[in-house]
Amino acid sequence: MIEGVKISGSLRNRLTVSLIGGAAVLALLMYFIVRAYATQIAQQGQDNILGASVNSILDAANVSEGFIDVDFPYASFSMLGTDTDDRVFYAIYQDDELLSGYDGLAQIFPEVDKGSAYGNTTFKGAPVRLASASRMLVGADLRVQLTVTVAQTQDSLLGALNRIGRNVAIFGAGFFLLVVILAFWATSTAIGPLAQLTTSVARRGPQDLSPVASPVPREMAPLVFSLNKLMARLEYSLSRSEDFIAEAAHRVRTPLATVRSHAEATLLRVDKEENRQAMRSMIRAIDESSRAAGQLLDHAMITFRADNLDQKNIDLVELVQDLAMRLSPIAEMRDIELQLDALGPVSVIGDAILLQNAIRNLVDNALKYAPSESIVRLVVATTPKPSISVVDEGAGFPVGEINLLPDRFARGSNSGGIIGSGLGLTIAQEVAEAHGGGLTLNNHSRGGACVTFSF
Amino acid sequence: MKFLLIEDNYELANAICARMRSDGHVVDHADKIFDAIEYSQIGEYDLILLDVMLPDGDGREFLKHHRARNRSTPVIVLTARSQVSDRISLLDLGADDYVTKPFDHAELEARCRAALRRNSGTSQSITVLADVAFDPVAGSLKVGDSTIKLRNKELRIFELLINAPQQIFSKQKLFDRLFSYDDDVSENAIEVYIGRLRKHLVGSQLSISTHRSLGYRLDHD
Repeated sequence: MIEGVKISGSLRNRLTVSLIGGAAVLALLMYFIVRAYATQIAQQGQDNILGASVNSILDAANVSEGFIDVDFPYASFSMLGTDTDDRVFYAIYQDDELLSGYDGLAQIFPEVDKGSAYGNTTFKGAPVRLASASRMLVGADLRVQLTVTVAQTQDSLLGALNRIGRNVAIFGAGFFLLVVILAFWATSTAIGPLAQLTTSVARRGPQDLSPVASPVPREMAPLVFSLNKLMARLEYSLSRSEDFIAEAAHRVRTPLATVRSHAEATLLRVDKEENRQAMRSMIRAIDESSRAAGQLLDHAMITFRADNLDQKNIDLVELVQDLAMRLSPIAEMRDIELQLDALGPVSVIGDAILLQNAIRNLVDNALKYAPSESIVRLVVATTPKPSISVVDEGAGFPVGEINLLPDRFARGSNSGGIIGSGLGLTIAQEVAEAHGGGLTLNNHSRGGACVTFSF
Repeated sequence: MKFLLIEDNYELANAICARMRSDGHVVDHADKIFDAIEYSQIGEYDLILLDVMLPDGDGREFLKHHRARNRSTPVIVLTARSQVSDRISLLDLGADDYVTKPFDHAELEARCRAALRRNSGTSQSITVLADVAFDPVAGSLKVGDSTIKLRNKELRIFELLINAPQQIFSKQKLFDRLFSYDDDVSENAIEVYIGRLRKHLVGSQLSISTHRSLGYRLDHD
């Protein structure tokens, strides 16, 4: 269906890829932001407890009798308890001298009475978070700066962060999956009208050049507008050439008709045998040329239509019946009886105009070649394939030429003086082939020709 | 019978009129739709012959107008087009039949007869001569009490003879009327049909006499 169309990527892929790509970036961004916030909040929590611990130690310090007395409560450390048994270190400095706790615990000396300072460091091979606070203690004869540092390993915090991270990752992946599904849905919804337009244009019959009537999304309107304009132009030029052909045929055939009528009238008045012969050959020549012109036009039309076959449900019996009625005056002129053999409706899918033209050509032939006062049978059958056979009681086909007759302009050697263009069987054969069938020519055992048009 | 011919080409119209009148019919000729409508309103016609392309419009316009007034007069379209779809649309519009130009007069006659038969069954113009009644549309011959159905060629010979009784028709003339120009038959075939007609006329007051080297004549006692 799309041979000869240059493809530059796919709208659907482009849409899907940009939607999914966007979703991936969003999911990753969300993961990192949530993780960073979680880290910050967890850190703040730990810092608060560390700060409270430091302060509770500082609060317990007092100066008595020239000594620093720090009797800090149990709660100062128990408040730091976690479910992963994080280790807690502490150090109490009086000015720069370690009073109690772990030596070497790095110190951050905050400014006095300016609250607490926090920081990260490594102690005993483990990363720790530490909080420090200083306080100026003034006794009777003593003035010291007491600095307390409490540090805690971060196992629990990291564990909590990992849990949060995992949950955020799962949530992000879920979000991503949902967006992928939505992306596919949104893409097909967006592409849908395009596909509908394609089907509605592709399904048109060969003669249907009417503008697209069904509503389309606004973005497609310019395309449909151009398409409609193109079809209008096409229709105009087609109808112009059709009109031209019709006009040309009219111009040629009307004078021919005049000549023929005059010739016929003259023939009735002329007595001399040689003049009569001349008039007769004149009429024959007129018939021959007009028939050839008509068949050529029909043939051109059939070639055109066969490329854009109309697909309609047709009852073959009805079609043949109608045709038989149309042709009965011609049959009557030669006292030929048209007999229709059919059991019931035979339904096929096809182009009624083409089929009518093809079968008409076959019946025309039978009427021309059958002897007068004979019977031409039109047999419509369903098995093995739907078919129409035209059987006459004439001389039949010349045996040696039977395969050549459907060729263009080919005529049987026994056609004698009967007027024909050699296109009738060609037309029928082309129509049959366009419908996926064929034309079979053979001679009846009791004499007479039998042409079968099958689907 | 009375015909209305609507055709803008004078040459062709004259030829058709001449031929039809020589067959004993009455023909009125209109060369545009306006006149044709007027004629068809005033006159009673058995049949209308209509050209498609006319100076003041399309023949289809006349058809629409004609059918809109519920006129049942059959219309046969003379068309120079040969596209099948065109023919179909003409029939859809209410034409009874069509012939493609240039046409064989015998074919036109046959189609007229068929259209008239479909329309009314019989003709209003039954010719009665002596004790024989001839219906050219039904193609029947009534001799006394028995009705005989004529074959087409017998009918066409008899139509000619009965329209001009006492006139001698040459074998050639009968032959030209009877056979199309590609029929490969000798003039002697006429004798077969004359013989059959004579058989049909046995017992009536009519008879066909042979005039040596001149032709045949319908006589009545």
